[in-house]
Amino acid sequence: MIALIARELKLSLRHGADTVAALLFFVIAGTLFAFAVGPSPTVLAGIAAGVVWVCALLAALLPLDRLFGADFEDGTLDLLLLSGLPAYEIALAKAAVHWLTSGLPLLLITAPLAVMLRLPEAKLALLLLSLAPGTMILSLLGTLSAAVSLGARRAAVLMPLITLPLVIPALIFGTAVVTSDHPAAPLYMLGAILLAALPLAPLGAGAALRAAAE
Amino acid sequence: MNENVLSRAVPAKTSGWLHYFANPGRFLRFVQPILPWAAGVSLILTLAGLVWGYQFAPADWEQGDAARIMYVHVPAAWVAMSGYAMLAVCSLFSIVWRHPLADIAAEEIGPIGAGFTFVCLVSGSLWGKPMWGAYWVWDARLTSVLVLFFLYLGHIALIRAFDNKTHGYRAAAILALAGAINLPIIVYSVQWWNTLHQGNTISLAGGAKIYMTMLYPLLISTLGFYLSFLTMVCARVAAAVCERKTASALLAAAERG
Repeated sequence: MIALIARELKLSLRHGADTVAALLFFVIAGTLFAFAVGPSPTVLAGIAAGVVWVCALLAALLPLDRLFGADFEDGTLDLLLLSGLPAYEIALAKAAVHWLTSGLPLLLITAPLAVMLRLPEAKLALLLLSLAPGTMILSLLGTLSAAVSLGARRAAVLMPLITLPLVIPALIFGTAVVTSDHPAAPLYMLGAILLAALPLAPLGAGAALRAAAE
Repeated sequence: MNENVLSRAVPAKTSGWLHYFANPGRFLRFVQPILPWAAGVSLILTLAGLVWGYQFAPADWEQGDAARIMYVHVPAAWVAMSGYAMLAVCSLFSIVWRHPLADIAAEEIGPIGAGFTFVCLVSGSLWGKPMWGAYWVWDARLTSVLVLFFLYLGHIALIRAFDNKTHGYRAAAILALAGAINLPIIVYSVQWWNTLHQGNTISLAGGAKIYMTMLYPLLISTLGFYLSFLTMVCARVAAAVCERKTASALLAAAERG
């Protein structure tokens, strides 16, 4: 499994443009909100956390359709499934790589975007604290829907339709961490969702991979 | 390529009523004679419940005649939720036992369940206009039903997006189960979000005490809604089975030349 993660990381390093494109999308979409609602600091500060969360959600969706797509087309996926590695471990490795190549960079670039959106400085740590488990949840559920829509027609269009309703709880608790006066409770809920998704999402994704390879 | 799956009977070894009715041919023989009767009874029940509710039941003391939309709204909401539960159960059957009939049922429940969910949303927003003063209020229950509608739509789009039908059934079943696990979390989180972001909206929870004169038409129209849901699902499944039998018969005829 470690070898698989290393291979995927090397592949995504060679295709670094994909990661950069997702990051650029994240920043540009965030600034669009500033243009849309106007430069008023109070208005921006009110919506900053939500805007960052929604943009992170959409940016994490971008690389999903290539997550299994290339391996599915050239037969690598069949070989991986035949290698003796359980299907859920393949899915978990893919989710880990998705987080390392899209979730982690998003976290790094969140701070400048949040400052530009006039998020109060005291809240910045909370935003990062909520996005850390949040992006992991996105990677896990995104891997599930990428596996489920593998081989479908118009998979890229389908993916947001099936992923976004599933991540609504994460979005609600994630923004609540920043906006509510008691950030601990929604943070625990976010952690609980992560702990539930950690075993379940790869399990479902693995079953979907097996169905795709049949 | 999967049509011949249907003509293959379930092995005789696997006994039990569950596997007994999983045979599509047996299902057809059992359901087709009942269908017209079920359709008639569900139509009569629904009409009776609605006419009673709209014409003869008393108006609500607080909401007046507007509350009469309850006789459509509440049964539609119940059927919408039960429909998703049924979808999840069918998906479980299709993953665990690979019943061809459960696959077809999962495919056919989607549009009908989504239809009832849509009726619930529209009637709810029409009810909201005189009561809340707006067509849409981010009320916790209304929002949960909206998310349920999205889950239905995702399942409908996914199950029909595959060239390989069997693959589509597996994938959509996994999605439906993921949605079923997620649905309670969504409902709970929406309630949390609702209390966090806005004050009390008018809650209907206080109206749990309901007069018998209003309860009976509500129960009758609920019965009618449930029965019509089941009738429509069974009719669609029967039609799909017939469709596949025709296709495989035509294919066999073409092979013989």
